[in-house]
Amino acid sequence: MYQYDWSVISRNMDVFIDGALKTLEISAISILLAIPIGILFGLGRISKNKIIFIISSTYIEIIRGVPLLVLLMWIFYVLGQFFSLGSYWGSIVGLALFAGAFIAEIVRSGIQGVPKGQMEAARSLGMSHTKAMTHIILPQAFRRVLPPLASQFIMLIKDSSLVSVIAATDLTLNAKNLVATSFRSIEVWTFVALVYFIMTFSLSLILRYFEKRLLKSET
Amino acid sequence: MISIKNVNKSFGDHQVLTDVSLEVPKSNVIALIGPSGAGKSTLIRTINALEPVDNGEITVDGTSIHDKKTDINVARTNIGFVFQSFNLFPFLTALENVTMAPMKVKGLSKEAAEKRGKELLSSLGLEDKFDAYPNRLSGGQQQRVAIARALAMDPTVMLFDEPTSALDPEMVTEVLDAIRKLAKDGMTMVVVTHEMGFAKEICDEIVFMAEGKIVERAAPSKFFTNPDTQRAQDFLSKVLNH
Ligand SMILES: Nc1ncnc2c1ncn2[C@@H]1O[C@H](COP(=O)(O)OP(=O)(O)O)[C@@H](O)[C@H]1O
Ligand SMILES: [Mg+2]
Repeated sequence: MYQYDWSVISRNMDVFIDGALKTLEISAISILLAIPIGILFGLGRISKNKIIFIISSTYIEIIRGVPLLVLLMWIFYVLGQFFSLGSYWGSIVGLALFAGAFIAEIVRSGIQGVPKGQMEAARSLGMSHTKAMTHIILPQAFRRVLPPLASQFIMLIKDSSLVSVIAATDLTLNAKNLVATSFRSIEVWTFVALVYFIMTFSLSLILRYFEKRLLKSET
Repeated sequence: MISIKNVNKSFGDHQVLTDVSLEVPKSNVIALIGPSGAGKSTLIRTINALEPVDNGEITVDGTSIHDKKTDINVARTNIGFVFQSFNLFPFLTALENVTMAPMKVKGLSKEAAEKRGKELLSSLGLEDKFDAYPNRLSGGQQQRVAIARALAMDPTVMLFDEPTSALDPEMVTEVLDAIRKLAKDGMTMVVVTHEMGFAKEICDEIVFMAEGKIVERAAPSKFFTNPDTQRAQDFLSKVLNH
C-alpha cells in the first residue's frame, strides 16, 4: 500500500508558489504580446492586399499546423542558434506566436461576424473604410471576440506548462524537480493540477465579470 | 438632381441592369416598383456606389458618382440611404446612431451634433427614445431612427430600399408618414416600395422595372389605372388583387 505523505506539499509551498507566479508571469507577458500579434494578423487575414493576406495566412496556418511542444523546441534549438533567447524568452516568444495565431483567427471571425449591413450603413453615411472599421465594425467585433478570447487566455495558462520542456522555470518544472527529489509524484501532481485549476478558474470568473460589466449597458 | 445614364451592371455573367437611364428632377419623388429580382435594390445601390457599375454614368447634384476622381465619401454625405433592415448600429443609442457620422465625418462638435440629432429624432416622434438602444425599439421606431441618422448628414437626396418591408403591418404607417413629411418639405427621393397606395399618393412618377430594365415610367394616376405595357398590367393585377 502506498503511504500518502501530503506534508511534501506544505514543506515545499515556496516551490509551488514560485512556480505558479512564474507560470502567471510567462502567461501574462505572452498574452500581452499575443494580442497585438493577433490583431495585426487577424486584420491581415481579411486584407484586400494580396501580400499582406498571404503573409498573414501563412503565419496562421503554420502555427496552427505545428504542435506547441515542437514549436517551443524549434524556437529553443533552431532559433536559439541565431538569437540567444534563453529558455525564459524562448518560452514567451513561443507562447506569444502560438496564441497570436489563434487570436488572429478569433479577430478575423469577430470582424467577419459583424453583419455586412453595418459596413454598408457606415459607408453610406460618408465614412471612409478606415473610419467605418474604427468606429463601427471593430467595437462590435470586440464585443463578439470577448468570450473566445477569454477561453484563449485560459488555454494559454494551461499550454504554458509545456515550457518546462525547454527548461523554463514554471509550476510544472518546479513540480518535476520536486518529484525527482521527493518521489512523491501522486501528491505533487495532484496538488499541481489543483493549482492550475485554481488559476484558470479564477481567471475565468474575473474575465466573465468584466465581460458582463462591459456589455451590461447595452441590453 | 439624380441622373442615371445607360447603366449596365452584371454579377458574374448574370446581367442585372441593362442600359438603365433615369432622371429625377429636384424635389421629385420616384417610386421604383417591380417584381422581386428585377434589379431595384441593385439600381438604387448604384446611386450611392454601394454597388459599382460596369459602365454608364450616374450624377447626383452634379457629382459624378462612379468617376474615379470623385471622393465618394464626400459624395455620399449628400445622399441619404435607408435600408430595408434598418442597419442601426446596435452598440450605440438612438441619439449616438444619429450623431456618429456628423461628428466623425463632418467634424461637428458633440453639442452641435446632439442638438441637431435631438431635433431630428423629435421631429420623427422619437423624443423619448434618445437613450434607447436599437434592441429596445420596435421596427417602426428603428426605421425612423435610421431615417434621422441619414437626415443628420443634411443630404440633398434620400434613397429608400423597401423601407417598410421588414415591418409589422401596424408600423408601416409611422414610417410612411415620415417619408411623406420629407416629400412635403421638397426632398428629392427614390423609394423602392411595394406600398402601392403610398406610391400613388406621394410620388411624382412611377418607374416600373422588370428583369433589369425600366419597362415603364408614368404618372401614378396613369400607371395605376391604365399602364401601357402588358408586363406592368400583369404585375399590378398580381399585387393589387391580393
Ligand atoms: N451581390 C450579388 N451577387 C450576385 N447576384 C446578386 C447580388 N445582388 C443581387 N443579385 C442578383 O441580382 C438580381 C437583382 O437583385 P435585386 O437588385 O436585389 O432585385 P430586387 O431588389 O428588385 O428584388 C437578382 O437576380 C439577384 O439574385
Ligand atoms: Mg430588393
